[in-house]
Amino acid sequence: MKIYADNAATTRMSRRAIEAMIPYMEEVYGNPSSLYSIGQEAKDALESARETVAGCLGCSPGEIIFTSGGSEADNQALFSAASAGERKGKKHIISTAFEHHAVLHALKRLEKEGFEITLLDVSGSGVVSPKQVEEAIRPDTCLVTIMYANNEIGTIQPIAEIGRICREKGVTFHTDAVQAVGHVNINVKDENIDMLSLSAHKFHGPKGVGALYCRKGIPLLNLIEGGAQEGGKRGGTENVPGIMGLAAAMQEACDKIDESAAHITPLRDRLIEGLERIPHSILNGDCKKRLPGNVNFCFEAIEGESLLLLLDDKGISASSGSACTSGSLHASHVLLALGRAVEIAHGSLRLSIAEDITQEQVDYMIKAVDEVVAYLRSISPVWRDLQEGKREFILK
Amino acid sequence: MALYNEKVMDHFRNPRNVGALEDANGVGESGNAVCGDIMKVYLKIEDGIVKDVGFETFGCGSAIASSSMATELIKGKPVEEALELSNKAVVEALEGLPLRKVHCSILAEEAIKAALEDYYRKQGLPIPQKILDYKPAVEEDH
Repeated sequence: MKIYADNAATTRMSRRAIEAMIPYMEEVYGNPSSLYSIGQEAKDALESARETVAGCLGCSPGEIIFTSGGSEADNQALFSAASAGERKGKKHIISTAFEHHAVLHALKRLEKEGFEITLLDVSGSGVVSPKQVEEAIRPDTCLVTIMYANNEIGTIQPIAEIGRICREKGVTFHTDAVQAVGHVNINVKDENIDMLSLSAHKFHGPKGVGALYCRKGIPLLNLIEGGAQEGGKRGGTENVPGIMGLAAAMQEACDKIDESAAHITPLRDRLIEGLERIPHSILNGDCKKRLPGNVNFCFEAIEGESLLLLLDDKGISASSGSACTSGSLHASHVLLALGRAVEIAHGSLRLSIAEDITQEQVDYMIKAVDEVVAYLRSISPVWRDLQEGKREFILK
Repeated sequence: MALYNEKVMDHFRNPRNVGALEDANGVGESGNAVCGDIMKVYLKIEDGIVKDVGFETFGCGSAIASSSMATELIKGKPVEEALELSNKAVVEALEGLPLRKVHCSILAEEAIKAALEDYYRKQGLPIPQKILDYKPAVEEDH
């Protein structure tokens, strides 16, 4: 059985998204900045895509700029808000300890440039409280940036409440919604969001294209200087096929958000219940306030990379927060922020399922993970020490 | 290209010498759980020969493959040869490891050296200079 269970990393493109792109490579390949017909046709398509995206988010088309993806959108949002804050002498930014690196590393750079960064604690449930945000806001706070849903553990943050607080206090509010768009209903006006980042490949669109929503009146700084594209806020010829794929995928995902969630959520819960039966394991993040497709566990006394390789042998594509799988040899900052011990964070597994998941596949995954964990424990000296009482269990 | 070559994957999927030896007369461990790798090596030495060897490993694919290959390389060999086993020999026998996984082969060498030291101690024999002088190779990119 082949199961792709890493939809938080990227998704399979939808047929509708692929078909939406093809004409803009083969026929309407003109540059949207050109005045002749196929240029203007491309321009019209681009603007219709902008309307689609704006419609899905509940904003106006002029508030959307297309980017190369979520990371670029995050960077532009953060550097823009910081620069606007600095002009007013406000150099304090609030975020959380478990943001995506696109946000955390941008914040690190701002810190070096003299900004003060407050990272809110998310330990325990992986959900920040609106009260924490309210208490952290100071007169010199220029930006609150909090992710909509976490990329590793899928926990959904109380964005509407945080948005209301920020609006009341007059602080710009950005949310990295890369994991949430197309999976949960979002309305930027109702939720008082000033800036929002999204990425097409997380909802069955193409890679290398995303968007930044920026509320009218919030100043934007260019990351890429160039021509007058995107209202002069992002130079470079627009990725028209990619943008058409993004819009088609977003419309499709948003049209069936409730239907998809109704299908995926019970299967996610079945998967969680199945994995919870493995002794000395724990679900990471709140069990209710989480994305419909996210399951993330830690298993004591095993290491994540071995787990992934053996699951791959069984046809399952998954991911882990283990140091060995990170490329940086550091355990997941998200799991550490939750309060997991480092040795436990090494034994983590993320299964992120999509609309095509079946109960049969869920049951197969439960059995496969159970077998692989049991095998790896059987050859683990840590497991032996735990069994012989030479080491204390961390996960009861 | 896959993360690991076929040889490494073979030793990861079908590790040789896996498991503790009940009658081991030399046991050694390397690594720590915080770093994400622990290797434990069990030796049964008779008449100066490594008659049997076993291992237990908590770690990534290359850690398990390195343990398997390292124990394979010393099995049936005179103790003096086991003492000479280097992490380089383990990497070569595995036909290469990704650069950032080379430290797994170092852990294997360390665990074997520790098990040999334990054997010499238990036998009341002098610890060979080779072990006393041993410093694990500098781990690259770790």
